[in-house]
Amino acid sequence: MSLILDNISYKYSTGTAYEVTALDGVSLEIKDGQFIGIIGHTGSGKSTLIQHLNGLLKATEGTIYYNGQDIYDKDYDLKDLRTQVGMVFQYPEHQLFETTVFEDVKFGPKNQGLDDKEATLRAYEALRSVGFPEDYYDQSPFELSGGQKRRAAIAGVLAMKPAVLILDEPTAGLDPKGRDEILGLISDMHKKMGNTIILVSHSMEDVANYVDRIIVMNDAKVYMDGTPKEVFSRVKDLEEIGLAVPEVTYLMMELKERGWNVDVSATTVEEAKNEILKLKGMNA
Amino acid sequence: MNIIEAKKLVHEFFRRDEEGNIEGIQVALNEVDLQVKAGSFISILGHNGSGKSTLAKHINALLTPTDGTLYVDGKDTSDAGNELAIRQSAGMVFQNPDNQIIASIVEEDVGFGPENMGIPTDEIWERVERSLKSVGMWKYHTHSPNKLSGGQKQRVAIAGVMAMEPKCIILDEPTAMLDPDGRKEVIKVAHELNKKKGVTVILITHYMEEVVDSDYVYVMDKGKVVMEGDPRNIFSRVEELKSHRMDVPQITLLAHELKKSGLDIPDGILTREELMNVLNLG
Repeated sequence: MSLILDNISYKYSTGTAYEVTALDGVSLEIKDGQFIGIIGHTGSGKSTLIQHLNGLLKATEGTIYYNGQDIYDKDYDLKDLRTQVGMVFQYPEHQLFETTVFEDVKFGPKNQGLDDKEATLRAYEALRSVGFPEDYYDQSPFELSGGQKRRAAIAGVLAMKPAVLILDEPTAGLDPKGRDEILGLISDMHKKMGNTIILVSHSMEDVANYVDRIIVMNDAKVYMDGTPKEVFSRVKDLEEIGLAVPEVTYLMMELKERGWNVDVSATTVEEAKNEILKLKGMNA
Repeated sequence: MNIIEAKKLVHEFFRRDEEGNIEGIQVALNEVDLQVKAGSFISILGHNGSGKSTLAKHINALLTPTDGTLYVDGKDTSDAGNELAIRQSAGMVFQNPDNQIIASIVEEDVGFGPENMGIPTDEIWERVERSLKSVGMWKYHTHSPNKLSGGQKQRVAIAGVMAMEPKCIILDEPTAMLDPDGRKEVIKVAHELNKKKGVTVILITHYMEEVVDSDYVYVMDKGKVVMEGDPRNIFSRVEELKSHRMDVPQITLLAHELKKSGLDIPDGILTREELMNVLNLG
């Protein structure tokens, strides 16, 4: 059970002077239950890539297999794929439309063909899992604060119980606490339900804190693919394509340059703290 | 001299039902006192819904006080007659670059503001060139804005405000929709304008790293100013910041954690260099 991208290329405005290759020979295997971060600067192909995963864009070359089936096959049910591979777009609150939060969250499961009772249960479950306050279930989604709207919108996708959940910068525009809360709930859900999570992010710190695999996109290609430690150890390569490593990783490298015996692969505050305490001869 | 002076500034929003009767009152600004010295670079932090954007709209006279007073460049914002003069003194840049660019060529977009002010044509072009150069976007002056990156668009929007030669610019979460490179570009430009042109800058943001170089920082919560001080002072109060849904830069957090573990480290470490020096590894 997995998503396999076999040599995917995507070009638009083909045959004109403005032809752009947005994806160039991308091959990836995304196994069940992985928590993946996708990073890359604007225009590197991140968004184009994720839109292929649920069939919103069709590759100009190559094929995608979901659970062993070719999704470009004539008989393949793309609608079914989209309920299994759920997508939370950037600023998902722009897509809220129903009269109440509860109806909005129910819309997805109803659309999947579930009966009213089942859809209602799903909506309860999803709203509870994102920590949405019950008092607001019957409120208009348009009267909520930014953070609450974001939660409601994410709940709308969760209610469809996707096996693969793709989130395109889910914390953009949120305050620091809001960022931690949203990422925390995604991470908790991943631990509880073991579904596959694909997180597109601009924050190296967030990616370092949460994911177990990072895919770095650059110039329409997969530039790196590995664990956070593997990826963030290649500082020069990352900087070359306009990315960076977490601040604490830079600190560890500077300590090393000054001759201190530290493990430069620390990517989180916790890891950096333990390394420095070790240097100081203190137990963490 | 203070270019912005708020005394017990209050703003209330009224929620109305279908018949227009008042259903509820939301206090967005609750007796805010704030002074900004001309030529300084100040930042305002605060969570979503804390009142910081409402405050920004007051400085630009897009909103006027329900109670209390606000003077911008010596002019009372409650006086409707001052509206235009205030908007020339204090220019505003918003979050979404795509919502603020109106012309199909960069230089025409930047020229829109001064043209509206009735500036003679020759001078408009001088101002357009000067302000595009000041944000490092002159080489794109004949380009179409929609082919630019987010950071570049935001710099064009800043140039558009600069062309009106304001004394003060308010940047309301100008980097929220940008990638890390774009964010750096915009913050760098804001500091350059402040240093080289002496423009007062008011930066509203969610990114803690962006306020480290400010002269003074205000933190807002529930419509009130709850913390104020220079960045070092603000970031030495880690727990207090967190109680207002804010955070500290990653290095500051690491220093704070090390201190809690028993190392002798002062509060308010802002940079890697500072942390390395106090770690005193011999």
